[in-house]
Amino acid sequence: MKFSLFSLLHQGLTGNQGWQPQWRDPAPKPAYDVIIIGAGGHGLATAYYLAKEHGIRNVAVLEKGWLGGGNTGRNTTIIRSNYLWEESEALYEHSVKLWETLSHELNYNVMYSPRGVMMLAHSVHDVQVTKRHIHANRLAGIDNEWLTPEQAQEFCPILNISRDIRYPILGAALQRRGGVARHDAVAWGYARGADKLGVDIIQNCEVTAIRRDASGCVTGVETTRGPISARRIGVVAAGHTSVVMGMAGIRMPLESFPLQALVSEPVKPLMPCVVMSNTIHAYMSQSDKGELVIGAGTDQYTSYSQTGGLHISQHTLDAICELFPMTRRLRMLRNWGGIVDVTPDRSPIIGRTPVPGLFVNCGWGTGGFKATPGSGHVFAATIAREEPHPIAAPFTLERFTTGRLIDEAAAAAVAH
Amino acid sequence: MLLIRCPWCGMDRPEIEFRHAGAAHITRPGPPDRVSDEEWAAFLYLRDNPKGRVAERWRHVHGCGRFFNAVRDTVTDVFVVTYKAGEPRPPETGPGESQPTEARP
Ligand SMILES: Cc1cc2nc3c(=O)[nH]c(=O)nc-3n(C[C@H](O)[C@H](O)[C@H](O)COP(=O)(O)OP(=O)(O)OC[C@H]3O[C@@H](n4cnc5c(N)ncnc54)[C@H](O)[C@@H]3O)c2cc1C
Ligand SMILES: [Zn+2]
Repeated sequence: MKFSLFSLLHQGLTGNQGWQPQWRDPAPKPAYDVIIIGAGGHGLATAYYLAKEHGIRNVAVLEKGWLGGGNTGRNTTIIRSNYLWEESEALYEHSVKLWETLSHELNYNVMYSPRGVMMLAHSVHDVQVTKRHIHANRLAGIDNEWLTPEQAQEFCPILNISRDIRYPILGAALQRRGGVARHDAVAWGYARGADKLGVDIIQNCEVTAIRRDASGCVTGVETTRGPISARRIGVVAAGHTSVVMGMAGIRMPLESFPLQALVSEPVKPLMPCVVMSNTIHAYMSQSDKGELVIGAGTDQYTSYSQTGGLHISQHTLDAICELFPMTRRLRMLRNWGGIVDVTPDRSPIIGRTPVPGLFVNCGWGTGGFKATPGSGHVFAATIAREEPHPIAAPFTLERFTTGRLIDEAAAAAVAH
Repeated sequence: MLLIRCPWCGMDRPEIEFRHAGAAHITRPGPPDRVSDEEWAAFLYLRDNPKGRVAERWRHVHGCGRFFNAVRDTVTDVFVVTYKAGEPRPPETGPGESQPTEARP
């Protein structure tokens, strides 16, 4: 069913009884051309573009829980492309361009809202690093501009720019095209789009082993719903990538950490943009429901617990209260954690692996939601052509051996 | 917040007194001129990142200041044991299935 003003009116007048399920709930077939492991945004987008742009429709997306129940449904949805290195700029900007038309592309409202992302600078070092980013971005044709504290406050009036706070604001970078989107809608939109093109999305189906033939090539997977064959497998399992790749005997340059977020009780609109501070580990925007969506830092230890320490959230709330004094008496409704897969250089890994037929897309760590459309797009091309898409080409697994790292680590070591 | 027993101080102390210092028992390969790129990559970057028991380094930064090792379950975050730096990983703590029956600290 296509969503339109007409379908909305028609359903409204007939008691909303005619809406159909947005995707099927198929049983796994014995074999597919391609298996995608993980039905997060990245896995679903990969399947969608495989079917849409490469005509590969005999595809299964296998998900151990429910689709979008991983980091896709747990993140603070910040979208921006003002990364430091050219390789990253190309990748994230590719994604921002796809965000701009995604609701139309999917006929599904992903609520992409380019309301501006402001990144605060609190020290001389911050100011220098931020300006370096701005210059690099502008050379690459990516919008990013420097704001004085007064200009920052003009853009976001609730910001505390007084000079006598613990981490005074010395200025900010503003990417006006950055913003937020509705995380669930992204997963659902891609799921619906992929399903309509013939992709089987199979939930409650955990991959437990990867099968290979005598020459080492992949032949399929074992799952909690039985064995499934395929000659090409894409692993898009975020925090669980090390576990899944271990099934094919590959050790990854990844560590999995809990990352937390929390939301406040809903209030009237009070901020027009996203504000981030890497230095004091706090990020905030306001959802359309009115809740303040707040991102905290990672815990210091590796974990698969999908929960984090309370002192981490508290540290973030200390910062939020200082940056936005008017929020001091707000109550928090809930907090939660996701498990993020972090690479040593804080850049993702997209491409082939030493095992023929096995592809991997991972290492998005604390900041991969923004890349969902672009990541799926270039990964689908990589799987379809069995060679890296040009934008994905620098993001190989081999870079950790050759030393060609894409070191965004210094740029944003926490959540983003 | 985790409660961690420093094997030097012999006390259970809150996590904020400690700094996590990555996976334990990683041996630097050598001599450097005979180490291949693959071996350097494995030493510097590749990690087991297990879902289950992990051996890791901690430092009691706001206490005695000393390093020690721990075996912890990464599903429950429960510490199986902590032991002094330089001691081998206790054999009975070998990589094993997560023990979900233990309570979270
Ligand atoms: C609290 C928090 C805040 C964040 N904030 C931002 C932000 O503001 N901006 C931003 O850009 N990014 C942010 N991120 C990061 C972002 O959420 C992730 O990088 C991104 O969503 C990863 O998408 P994915 O589809 O790869 O992973 P996921 O959505 O986690 O999907 C992976 C899927 O694989 C499944 N899976 C795992 N193992 C198996 C198996 N063996 N068999 C079958 N299925 C399996 C999982 O169940 C999961 O559904 C944040 C993350 C967190 C946790
Ligand atoms: Zn001590």
